[in-house]
Amino acid sequence: MLWQLFITFARIGVMTFGGGYAMIPILEREIVDRHGWASSEELMDYYAVGQCTPGIIAVNTATFIGRKHGGTLGGIIASLGVVFPSVVIITVIAGILTNFAEIPAVQSAFAAIRVCVCVLIFNAVVKLWKAAVPDKAALILFLLVFLLSLFFKLSPVIFVLFCAAAGIALTQWGVRGK
Amino acid sequence: MILYLRLFWEFFKTGLFAVGGGMATLPFLYSMSEKTGWFTQSQLADMIAVSESTPGPIGVNMATYVGFETAGIPGSVIATLGLVTPSIVVVLLIARVLAAFRQNRYVDAAFYGLRPCSVGLIAAAGLLVVKIALFDFDLFAVSGQIADLFRWKALALAALLLVLTRWVKPLKKLHPVFFILGSALVGVLFRF
Repeated sequence: MLWQLFITFARIGVMTFGGGYAMIPILEREIVDRHGWASSEELMDYYAVGQCTPGIIAVNTATFIGRKHGGTLGGIIASLGVVFPSVVIITVIAGILTNFAEIPAVQSAFAAIRVCVCVLIFNAVVKLWKAAVPDKAALILFLLVFLLSLFFKLSPVIFVLFCAAAGIALTQWGVRGK
Repeated sequence: MILYLRLFWEFFKTGLFAVGGGMATLPFLYSMSEKTGWFTQSQLADMIAVSESTPGPIGVNMATYVGFETAGIPGSVIATLGLVTPSIVVVLLIARVLAAFRQNRYVDAAFYGLRPCSVGLIAAAGLLVVKIALFDFDLFAVSGQIADLFRWKALALAALLLVLTRWVKPLKKLHPVFFILGSALVGVLFRF
């Protein structure tokens, strides 16, 4: 059974391009339809909580489902399964690219790919913006983090701890939503 | 051995504090690059591209890549394990009290503050990529010519990609891998 958990989640890992929302239809098919390890509602719950717990959403969701089906060990095995293909595939690609990095054509390709990465990150920020910045107080938090992290070399951990506390304080003071 | 332990610890921290999915690990990787010198910021930009174009969650792919660049194959395994360990522990603890966790007003309030934080950190990390991809500060420092500050071909490509990914309906839904491969081709053809 543990082996089956591992294999199933390894398959989900291979089919997940980019993570996040791309994962949902694949989870539905593999977990709900094929194995019946969780219902659609449970899956959405896990996914929602997986977004508001630390770490990679795909790993969080895998741990939830694995634990439900196979206890603590099941949770660990499912998580290792979902990351297994990444480790293999990326290690192979990184090994190859390191050997080809000196070729001028490869350098040209990556110079242009970096431009594409800028645009992709910009699009990701725009997509997150709506849900993340619903009011003026959140906008101020955003600007504070953005500017301070741009001009000072502070660890992101400091911002995360500060903003979690700020979120609680702003909500308590009734500033939220204004 | 010390390197492996440090690698594990750095990614453990990333896994514990990066909230909100793959891109949220980006600011942590930038800070890691500055602090440890294990890899450069321009290598990091390339890693993002590879991570987006290969199967698997982006955050996991980036951890594996950074781990490999830092300490070879053991590095890729150790970095990934470091990244997922906090997830596994936290989720196993929360799973028992799932309903209470979801409805807890303090958790909800903390996330009200964490979401703009996450977007702010990602945006700042994105600007670092912009700095190396669209500008050439090294050449500008030598020549002093304003025109040398901009990578004109890169700016043109950025404008084109922005239009294609945001305003052209049938292309908007395309997977990023197509834009990444297309850009690679443009880069080779026009000698970026």
